[in-house]
Amino acid sequence: GRGEGLRSVRCVTAALCARYNGEIGDIVVGRITEVQQKRWKVETNSRLDSVLLLSSINLPGGELRRKSAEDELAMRDYLQEGDLISAEVQSIFSDGAVSLHTRSLKYGKLAQGVLVQVSPSLVKRQKTHFHDLPCGASVILGNNGFIWIYPTPEQKDDEAGGYTANLEPVPLSDREVISRLRNCIMALVTHKMMLFDTSILYCYEASLPHQIKDILKPEVTEEIVLEARQRLLDSEG
Amino acid sequence: MASVVLSEAEKLYIVHGVQEDLRVDGRGCEDYRCAEVETDVVSNTSGSARVKLGETDILVGIKAEMGTPKLEKPDEGYLEFFVDCSSNSPELEGRGGEELGTDIANTLYRVFSCENCVDLKSLCINPKEHCWVLYVDVLLLECGGNIFDAISIAVKAALFNTRIPKVRVLEDEEGTKEIELSDDPYDCIRLSVDEVPCIVTLSKIGYRHVVDATLQEEACSLASLLISVTSKGAITSMKKVGKGSLDPESIFEMMETGQRVGKSLHVALQKILDEEESLGTSRPKVGFLG
Repeated sequence: GRGEGLRSVRCVTAALCARYNGEIGDIVVGRITEVQQKRWKVETNSRLDSVLLLSSINLPGGELRRKSAEDELAMRDYLQEGDLISAEVQSIFSDGAVSLHTRSLKYGKLAQGVLVQVSPSLVKRQKTHFHDLPCGASVILGNNGFIWIYPTPEQKDDEAGGYTANLEPVPLSDREVISRLRNCIMALVTHKMMLFDTSILYCYEASLPHQIKDILKPEVTEEIVLEARQRLLDSEG
Repeated sequence: MASVVLSEAEKLYIVHGVQEDLRVDGRGCEDYRCAEVETDVVSNTSGSARVKLGETDILVGIKAEMGTPKLEKPDEGYLEFFVDCSSNSPELEGRGGEELGTDIANTLYRVFSCENCVDLKSLCINPKEHCWVLYVDVLLLECGGNIFDAISIAVKAALFNTRIPKVRVLEDEEGTKEIELSDDPYDCIRLSVDEVPCIVTLSKIGYRHVVDATLQEEACSLASLLISVTSKGAITSMKKVGKGSLDPESIFEMMETGQRVGKSLHVALQKILDEEESLGTSRPKVGFLG
């Protein structure tokens, strides 16, 4: 009978307000904090600032060549302080700092949308972190806990390699979806639910009877999250 | 003040959203975030309150101490404000928050400088000699935008919660006065908070103005107007903050909005305070772990 006690030992994997520990291949969303010699400093909620080297970006227009001194001078034209980017972790330095790359058309500068910062441990690791949700908006679930919600782009061609931001006003219908998604993600986070496409979508659908601004009222939040959690359990079988 | 850096596209998104009366979190231009108010959170104060407005987190403690009245107002007590910005923002670390703290304290002095917003006469014990001094200590625990409104709500809630022990002045035959404190700890005076103003901050974003701006929205706003409004809708003071300028016409619009929003804010706050009061001492305290 003594062995019973051992079975109840639980393993706690990650603290909830942790910093992000980079792993190669992770998709992250980050904010440029500094432009330096041949590199950008990027804030990704890790212990040390991440770096994005000039050599690990795609040039506008998708030109493939060695980066010259002119490119170095034009670095601030590509990305400047405050800009948001999506990127992939290329390597990790010995001190734990993360080196990023954006050498794919999926990655690059982010334009109009909303950033939500959550604990990195709440983002579920999945095959893809870019989701075009059927409700009419897209999300990037960064492994570092930065979540980017943006209107689904109409055509997916490489407009100048992702450096020109679309500054047209976003229509009201798209805004409503984005705001609702944002509040749903906040609701899931306050109840410590894992974030992935299905959980967000279920929460979104559960929130539809309520007004967008009401989602963050504690009693409504609880009701929505309970409903989403029940549907998740049902679908898992 | 704690600030955030945003990219141009993000700012544009926020500004367009405000123009269409749909903000990032789904609120309209005149909606407040959900606020949590709890009074009597610090046991060794005369009155205290904690207010959470979105991410903004404010703790106010009021301590009543005996002092001498000011010369120009011998039959009144007075209020002293002190603001401590121990916010976990790196900019406010160490002495960095001092400037902001004094700035907020000065604003509070101005807001409370109007006649009859607090019944200062009731704080007098013995004209020219003794009065109660209320030390209002504001602690900024977390800064998530719109700190002025949150602080004024917290100060009002704490004043509502303040209990000052009753004292009597005894005079013997030789004319020496003695102050006697009541033995019963529940024998105390309460302050009337009906006239205490609340601050409503209106931030100009694009062509419109919003109340209760988040940090991100504050980053998009060039100028904002602080209006202190009483529960009857009277404006007691006004202050412009930010480096931008405001059109006189829009100031009037903002004042109207401020009055309207301020009135409903007072009603909601008073309702919550009365509700909490009616629960009595058996109320389960949430405190800082909830």
